Amino acid sequence: MERDADILVVGGGLNGPALALALAQAGLRVTVIDARPAPARAEAGFDGRAYALALASKRLLTVIGVWGRLAGKVQPILKIKASDGRAGQGPAPFFLTFDHAEIEEGPMGFMAEDRFLYAAFLAAMAETPGLRLLSGETVTAQEVTAEGVTVTLASGATLRARLLVGCDGRGSGVAARAGIRRHGWGYGQTALVTAIRHARDHEGVAQQFFMPSGPLAILPLPGGHHSSIVWSEAEARAAAIQALPDAGYLEALRPRFGDFLGEIALAGARFTYPLTLSLAERFTAPRLALVGDAAHGVHPIAGQGLNLGLRDVAALAQVLVEAQRRGEDIGAADVLERYQRWRRFDSTALALGMDGVNRLFSNDNPILRAGRDLGLGLVNALPGLRRGFMRQAAGLSAGATGELPRLLTGQAI
Amino acid sequence: MTATSTIDPAEVAKFEAMAAEWWDPAGKFKPLHLMNPCRLDYITRQIALEFDRDLTAPAPFAGLRILDIGCGGGLLSEPMARLGAEVVGADAAARNIPVAQVHAAQSGLKIDYRHTTAEDLAAAGERFDAVLNMEVVEHVADPLAYLTACQGLLKPGGLMICSTMNRNPKSFLMAIVGAEWVMRWLPKGTHDWAKFLTPDELYELIRKAGLTPVDRKGMVFNPLGWSWSLSARDLSCNYVTTSLKPAG
Repeated sequence: MERDADILVVGGGLNGPALALALAQAGLRVTVIDARPAPARAEAGFDGRAYALALASKRLLTVIGVWGRLAGKVQPILKIKASDGRAGQGPAPFFLTFDHAEIEEGPMGFMAEDRFLYAAFLAAMAETPGLRLLSGETVTAQEVTAEGVTVTLASGATLRARLLVGCDGRGSGVAARAGIRRHGWGYGQTALVTAIRHARDHEGVAQQFFMPSGPLAILPLPGGHHSSIVWSEAEARAAAIQALPDAGYLEALRPRFGDFLGEIALAGARFTYPLTLSLAERFTAPRLALVGDAAHGVHPIAGQGLNLGLRDVAALAQVLVEAQRRGEDIGAADVLERYQRWRRFDSTALALGMDGVNRLFSNDNPILRAGRDLGLGLVNALPGLRRGFMRQAAGLSAGATGELPRLLTGQAI
Repeated sequence: MTATSTIDPAEVAKFEAMAAEWWDPAGKFKPLHLMNPCRLDYITRQIALEFDRDLTAPAPFAGLRILDIGCGGGLLSEPMARLGAEVVGADAAARNIPVAQVHAAQSGLKIDYRHTTAEDLAAAGERFDAVLNMEVVEHVADPLAYLTACQGLLKPGGLMICSTMNRNPKSFLMAIVGAEWVMRWLPKGTHDWAKFLTPDELYELIRKAGLTPVDRKGMVFNPLGWSWSLSARDLSCNYVTTSLKPAG
């Protein structure tokens, strides 16, 4: 069978291009199928959309040639402060502080704006031999045979490869067409996301306030005077807030945000994301693998979604490249099973862990509240435990599944 | 010419079903599939080292002629062909040949599968850069005669990879009690423990056959990760060796 590529990647977000770069740089031929037209996000202005990248994610992006293009455009997260609070009452007495000075690897994470990150990916892809980006194309059908996989595009063209990878989000068409069922639930919560301009310098500090209605994360953007916020509220309340004009929106935010950064103003477009958990029943099927939200859409608390996706990317790329170098069929069931075994426990545990953290903190029960305050204070008082949390958040801990993929340690495969 | 051209079309469906069985990682040949990445890591690195090939380059084994003895469904032959080698797969069981041929055709690989033995190939004057002799020596009646035939199949400077199982109480527990009786990974009677060779015994036979042993490693099953890995120290059960035929 003549093949158009070794691997077809469906989804041009961030996980898809990251996987494609890692694979193409190791000599595999990869085609990325992206529904959006190519330049849509490449030269966008500031819209406030940003990602919190763990240190391990930065290492992967460095190896695949993306990080170097972001020089001067990312904000290191030097400190993370988590606290339990109630609107109008200020933070509870116990604060949990993670300071990057406590782990030797440097900043625990970085904030990168979507517009710069995506442009860096596009530039890296354009320079990588063996990598083809098909923009403005969607998949309408996929067929798996013993020899390989064939996909049909909306334009009528067909593409053949040895493996199909779905990086197409929690509504993954790749998974649905393969008959992979999903389990999940909503939280009755919606995240309000926007960017804020503030009078005082954030000094690289990320804040997480746990409120009864849901957490508010304030994440520092480059320049010192902008922060990205992820503000969770009950569904109906979030809808009401989103419907307000900018002045009313700010009015609702102020008592939650507090005045520690001085006067605040809206600085970006306002987005909403319903908070749901969505786990695919399997991460693989014959000649098919799922990556990122297509495998496990997590609650966006603590900003682990993209980091978790990049852990999938690192593991799948390593499994496939090693298989290729051994002469194995990269779409074979036993090869794909290695990926599923490597990732499934970690991502399910993290998804459920985030779920637990959110349920614990989104509650106004006075006993839970006292326990939370005490718990945060205790973690803060025990440097060993705190460093453990920090290493986990930075993606430096291999978790229960053993070895960390090489890309996450900054090494080529 | 494709590899399937000698097969009766009426038989193809049957062979396809048997090929699917050989290549099902959860099926009858599960233990081989589990061990395959570890075996392939060893084989590919030894060949790359000896012939100075770069495994990160496309078709690193181009120009090498490799013989896979006891090829079965082609679990080693196919990877070697995919890496660019010219591969002959030999099996003493006639029924394996069309099965392997059908699967190679599905994989788009050209492999010369033959129903023959090492001794017959040697007598016919066939010569190879590398001979893969994996989990065969413990099944043959006369290991020295067999290894001598393997030696005869190598070009000067060629290499033989030979794996087998150690003979000690642990290997009896693992290979006979564990794999055959408890896990039912292998049919009872697959192995005759008394025919297993210790690494020193195998080295001695290899030397007598006219080859120079240069490397040996253990292959160790890790039940936590459910996978095999190579070990420089633990050769107590499965192990694999590399030997060279003196040049010139």
